Amino acid sequence: MSALADIPALFSLPRLGRARGAVNAALGIGLLLALWWVGGWIVANNDDLFAFADFAPAPTLARLWDMIVTGEVLDMSGPSLMRVGLGLNYAVIIGVPVGIIIGRMKRVNEVANVPFQFLRMISPLAWMPIAVMAFDTWDGAIIFLITMAAVWPILFSTAGGVRRIDPAWLKVARNLGANPFHMLFVVILPAIAVDVLSGIRLALGVAWVVLVPAEYLGVTSGLGYAINDARDTLDYARLGATVVVIGLIGFTLDYLCMMAIKKFNWLREDH
Amino acid sequence: MTSRAAIATTADTKAQAEAHKIAPRGAHIAVMGLSHAYRKADGPVLDDINFEVRPGEVMALLGRSGCGKSTLLHMLSGLTLPSQGEVAINGNTVRDPSPKWVMMFQAPSLYPWMTVAQNAALGLRFTRRGDEIAKRVPEVLGLVDLANFADRNAQELSGGQQQRVALARSLAPSPELLLLDEPFSALDAFTRRALQKDVRKIAKDLGLTLVIVTHDVGEAVRMADRVLVLDANPGRIAEDTMIALTEEERNGGNEAFQKEHSRLMGVYSDVADMGDTPTENDFAQL
Repeated sequence: MSALADIPALFSLPRLGRARGAVNAALGIGLLLALWWVGGWIVANNDDLFAFADFAPAPTLARLWDMIVTGEVLDMSGPSLMRVGLGLNYAVIIGVPVGIIIGRMKRVNEVANVPFQFLRMISPLAWMPIAVMAFDTWDGAIIFLITMAAVWPILFSTAGGVRRIDPAWLKVARNLGANPFHMLFVVILPAIAVDVLSGIRLALGVAWVVLVPAEYLGVTSGLGYAINDARDTLDYARLGATVVVIGLIGFTLDYLCMMAIKKFNWLREDH
Repeated sequence: MTSRAAIATTADTKAQAEAHKIAPRGAHIAVMGLSHAYRKADGPVLDDINFEVRPGEVMALLGRSGCGKSTLLHMLSGLTLPSQGEVAINGNTVRDPSPKWVMMFQAPSLYPWMTVAQNAALGLRFTRRGDEIAKRVPEVLGLVDLANFADRNAQELSGGQQQRVALARSLAPSPELLLLDEPFSALDAFTRRALQKDVRKIAKDLGLTLVIVTHDVGEAVRMADRVLVLDANPGRIAEDTMIALTEEERNGGNEAFQKEHSRLMGVYSDVADMGDTPTENDFAQL
């Protein structure tokens, strides 16, 4: 009995204090690498699968290093970042004003709600054939697909933020002589900045996911193209390395969004 | 009766407006035949309200919740327009809100992403008087005893301090009239007393006209020169009475204060108990 009671003590983790976050994150990354390594080992030792052994961590990471040194990573991610950037840009240009309007005007919201929810549930990739027909360039079509994916989180998050604005803020501003321009730039936009950024963060996640299949379209650049190209040339180390690059860039972009949200969040948690 | 009263008021208003040009400080208010219903189907919230407020006077609108006193205050500010009748400030009909007559609410409603000074500067910023901010904002923050808090975030302040910032924000554009909608009811008793005293003093020093909506008899006695007691359903003026106390006596804890307090409490409970009974409009006594 006493031996059983001692077991938890044997496995209890040391108190980590301030380094706790970093240590735990490293632990998580370590576990992921271990799983990857085990998977690679199984593949390499399986008679049916051993052709894919280059997916294992060692060849993939070696190839990744190569790709970084030669600048190949920049070459393949540049066009992708450009497309996501433009798509997000259009999504913000459309989503924020429309979000403010449906957040402010109940009637417009009632009219728009069903069609918007309907459109939102259509996978952006389902628009692919239409996009290809409608746009002259492949780039145009891809940017359109990303915009279609990214606009909804931004729009709904903005509208939600506008609805949560304290009505007294608007009343006070009106009383102090604010014109509609002041109302928008001094009261409404700062009040909803965090909601808009949270929407952009969600949109970025969706856009980054949609990007890769969208780049399977006719283009000859970008991360999605690189994945397809590596598959076609049976270059699995390169394929694995590209997957890692996609994950790393996505993670970094999300982290940047999170930092922006932190910076613009006016709410003081300790009060 | 009403129309003659209205004509008399208009004439008075003109004279007051002339006087106002000479000493442009506190606003003169004339409320004439004002009635209001939120929807046509519903009964009126306010029914034929007539009264006048002299420049520099501190007036309390005392009544139970639901008597329309807050609606009435919104109409004085121009944030809501009456269904019937009119409000004239310094002889001009009120149609829009203006930084010349500023309303303060129960919640300070400061903008939490701004500093205290930025909050206080808003009225000047909105009315293109940005060049006055550097001089005026420290002035008004000093007036409300928050000179050292200029660069703090509004959320770091206590409730009472936040309400002081809201007061500074209201005072910065040099208004002629302050409209207070139960502004201290969310504060603890000690802070409330201090603010009641300070707001009255500031209004008197600056010569501002002050209208306070309250359901607290003590607050009315402490702050007001004159009290309108409102009846509910529909809101009507049931009693118009002066509070004859010196500044010293208004602090409470003396016989004169107690006497005024009990007297007003008596009037208030009578009106509150009467409920729907119509009462004679006291406008003629003005």
